[in-house]
Amino acid sequence: MTLTITKIAEDLAAGRCSSRELVDDALARIKTHAALNAFITLDEDAARRDAQAADRARRAGGAGILAGVPIAHKDIFCTAGVKTTCASRMLAEFVPPYDATVVRKMKAAGCVMVGKTNMDEFAMGSSNETSHFGPVRNPWDHKRVPGGSSGGSAAAVAARLVPAATGTDTGGSIRQPAALCGITGLKPSYGRVSRYGLIAFASSLDQAGPMAATAEDCAHLLAAMAGFDERDATSLDAPVPDYAAELGKDLKGLRIGVVAEHFAKGVEPKVAEVVREALREYERQGARLVDVSLPNSAHAVPCYYVLAPAEASSNLARYDGVRYGYRAPEYQDLEDMYKKTRSQGFGSEVKRRIMVGTYALSAGYYDAYYVKALKLRRLIADDFARAFEQCDILAGPVSPSTAFALGAKNTDPVSMYLNDIFTIPVNLAGLPALSLPAGFADGLPVGLQLIGRYLDEACLLNAAHRFQQATDWHARVPAGI
Amino acid sequence: MEWETVIGLEVHAQLKTRSKIFSVSPTAYGAAPNTQANVVDAAFPGVLPVLNAEVVRMAARFGLAIGATVHKRSVFARKNYFYPDLPKGYQISQYEHPIVERGRLVITTPAGEKTIGITRAHLEEDAGKSLHEDMDGFTGIDLNRAGTPLLEIVSEPDMRSAAEAVAYLKTLHTLVRYLDICDGNMQEGSFRCDANVSVRPLGEARFGTRAELKNINSFRFVERAIDYEVRRQIALLSSGGQVRQETRLYDSARDETRSMRSKEEANDYRYFPDPDLPSLVLTEAFLAEVRDAMPELPDAKRARFSAQYGLSAYDAGVLTASRELAQYYEDVLAAAGGEPKLAANWVTGELAARLNEDGLDIVDSRVKAPALAGLLRRIADGTVSGKAAKDVFEAMWAGEGDADAVIAARGLRQISDDSAIEEVVRQVIAANPKQLAQYRAGEEKVFTFFVGQTMKASRGKANPAKVNEILKRLLAP
Amino acid sequence: MTYGLAALDAKDIEKVAHLARLGLSGPEREAYAQDLSRILDLVSHMNAVATDGVVPMTHPDAAGLRLRGDKVEQEIDRDQLMAVAPQARDGLYLVPRVIE
Repeated sequence: MTLTITKIAEDLAAGRCSSRELVDDALARIKTHAALNAFITLDEDAARRDAQAADRARRAGGAGILAGVPIAHKDIFCTAGVKTTCASRMLAEFVPPYDATVVRKMKAAGCVMVGKTNMDEFAMGSSNETSHFGPVRNPWDHKRVPGGSSGGSAAAVAARLVPAATGTDTGGSIRQPAALCGITGLKPSYGRVSRYGLIAFASSLDQAGPMAATAEDCAHLLAAMAGFDERDATSLDAPVPDYAAELGKDLKGLRIGVVAEHFAKGVEPKVAEVVREALREYERQGARLVDVSLPNSAHAVPCYYVLAPAEASSNLARYDGVRYGYRAPEYQDLEDMYKKTRSQGFGSEVKRRIMVGTYALSAGYYDAYYVKALKLRRLIADDFARAFEQCDILAGPVSPSTAFALGAKNTDPVSMYLNDIFTIPVNLAGLPALSLPAGFADGLPVGLQLIGRYLDEACLLNAAHRFQQATDWHARVPAGI
Repeated sequence: MEWETVIGLEVHAQLKTRSKIFSVSPTAYGAAPNTQANVVDAAFPGVLPVLNAEVVRMAARFGLAIGATVHKRSVFARKNYFYPDLPKGYQISQYEHPIVERGRLVITTPAGEKTIGITRAHLEEDAGKSLHEDMDGFTGIDLNRAGTPLLEIVSEPDMRSAAEAVAYLKTLHTLVRYLDICDGNMQEGSFRCDANVSVRPLGEARFGTRAELKNINSFRFVERAIDYEVRRQIALLSSGGQVRQETRLYDSARDETRSMRSKEEANDYRYFPDPDLPSLVLTEAFLAEVRDAMPELPDAKRARFSAQYGLSAYDAGVLTASRELAQYYEDVLAAAGGEPKLAANWVTGELAARLNEDGLDIVDSRVKAPALAGLLRRIADGTVSGKAAKDVFEAMWAGEGDADAVIAARGLRQISDDSAIEEVVRQVIAANPKQLAQYRAGEEKVFTFFVGQTMKASRGKANPAKVNEILKRLLAP
Repeated sequence: MTYGLAALDAKDIEKVAHLARLGLSGPEREAYAQDLSRILDLVSHMNAVATDGVVPMTHPDAAGLRLRGDKVEQEIDRDQLMAVAPQARDGLYLVPRVIE
């Protein structure tokens, strides 16, 4: 069974099913597959009510393609009146009085939210093991991680619990779990989608995007999410293309840059082979492969692990137990209240990154770490600009490996960080990139990463769509689904 | 030993916007606690700052007015520290790259004019308020003020006495109100001052160690706080002690400064560019627009008042002390159709005294400019005497109506008719033969007696000039 | 190869933890000292790259600052804002008394 938005929209339009039935079905499936631990919160009553409203609206006419489609939001997006935890004890009971702009826009497009998906705490992690609510399991193998930080969204879509979910991507948090779970996920250009109401991890890198079975679905979702927002000073005031309408262009003459560094040692040979085979499919469709190099991307991980924690250390200072969120039950004085609240409210990876970031910004180290990293960021971005002089999109693996076992890397932060070696440079440069299912290695999904020019999401979506027209990797589902 | 005082001032001017610097909450003063704070001010998860365009315009206007460089590119940074009235755990403030740098302000001192350098002026947000009194061992946090836009104006250490510091502050205070960027209300904290004070032996080139005086909220206290601090430092140094670099609080009740913290915590604010706010970039067109909209500044207005209205330097200075007062004066002139000197006398005299007595600002004057103009016209055309006009003004102030109505109701119209006055004068002379004889015998000072009697008999309404003229004629032998 | 910015000891960790207002137990301090040293070791690889004259990049280049008009909106009332406060009274957030 392939549950796609395109198909659902046809069925709804033809009256073959109702939104209410879809929502009931989604809620039932979520419960059946509760072992995945993909959700933190379900909003059942509201979902059923909204579905019925969508059905009534549809009968009244004028329903858009997303009207009545059940979706899930990563629990990093604030939802008015619905608990928003960021998978942290700090916000375990937090109910925001406002919607994130992404939530508001998708609501306006008619999407029905069934619940909030599990994630790494404050989006800090690549395996979904840092969640206060326990790890998410990979639907392809419950002993393995789904990737992170948008692991709940990826697992939910891969297990077809919902046709689509939102994610956020600071260093690979949409693309890596999409790859490890065998779905399609897009990180848009920085500024394309509003960050308002998205709980900040690293503000100059964070970007929200869609996760779904197909590129075509992602195109519909991105069109609903994107656009200028006066509440986000970094959101881009540029028109949003009709991404779905631009799908289907043939790929003859498309120049695909194959990034040499992304096939270097450290990549599992079977993963590299699946990706190479996917590139051969592009050649069959008339695309031309060009060898390109991103020499400075080798330094992207160190650079990122200064900048992201530095921004995070400041972004997470607001969790002080004064205005909302967790406050330690006992304390001696203000100082003690701060320290107990924050050390009890945050998990160990979050604290680790706050410590790293605080250190990197502190007197005497600012230039050696923070400013140095900002300069490297420039070099990394310049590499992309040079590469795009020779090609239209870049391609390579999303992750050096397939899904690893739960517990395999969570004792060693550095080996965990190296997982994002191919995704991080994209965030540093602010470019759009997409992960799509490219095949399997030892029964586990492998993702192909396509990286585009700034604001050229349409090109990425088209390239992914054409691949999905010719292959069926995206339609494969785990056993038992 | 002779000592020299060195003073630099940091002024926080609250910018007069409707909404806050990074949120849509109102900035009005005095609302119930936390009713003017929203999720952005309270730093809820996921919310973002969006810069108010008006604060940029105001900062640029200030920069141009002090002949400073207004940078085409400036950067907002985060100053990180924990305090309960700082909701985000950082203050957004311009640090390495302020919007305004290198300006100057000319002040007038008894010794003449002096130019004070302004190092920089940068935009930042205010914090909330911590309330410690009557809280049963708690501190209460009110975020109404959190996010209020501030322009921090930092001077060079160019002042050499408390009097110069006060002159600088007053000049700056006038300027920001002229520019309409700050209401200047010191009681409400719209214009706050910190002073860096040090002393050094006269002739010494290096600066002494300075103390930072905080929380000085009136011009009077600035002078007193600095004077106290200077005495303290000189006494300390003269007795072989050393000044510590520290923050000191001025206590106006005891008229002294005292050290703010026993253990000065080493702060590490970890400034870095705010990733939510890319660089602020100004275009030439924007700056041209700000330049074109620049109001007439105090110095220019003072010069114009002297030249155009023939006013003394003193009157021109008083009348241009605030934009509102100057506006009132010119409104009076426009309505009265002239009479600049008469108007100046009334505005700086009777009106100023009455405002002062009632503690009112010019914009709240009970007698508006057109009404005062109405009275001045009646003085000019001889309808009322200058003396009676004061009574008319009092009545107008009390709300008894406009000048003509008061004159009519109280019968204060001046008698200028020669025959009527002559009639009265004849009666007065007839009733006082002894004084008449004295006058005619050469005792000329008796003349004032006759003036007084005539005015009394006419109940003050006789035109004094005419009374003089007629008395002289009829008393003559 | 490492480019050695000094490894952290428990005292450094305590200082950083205080700046970040994190209360750490003794064993946590030890563990973080090790973790942070390893992370800083990873990070120190940046020093292999010459960056003289490179302009620091704080944001993706296309990001420019967008301003808003000076408009007031009353979006939320106090009760809504403070409904999630851990401790409040008479419209004020309460914290342990701050000694000045």
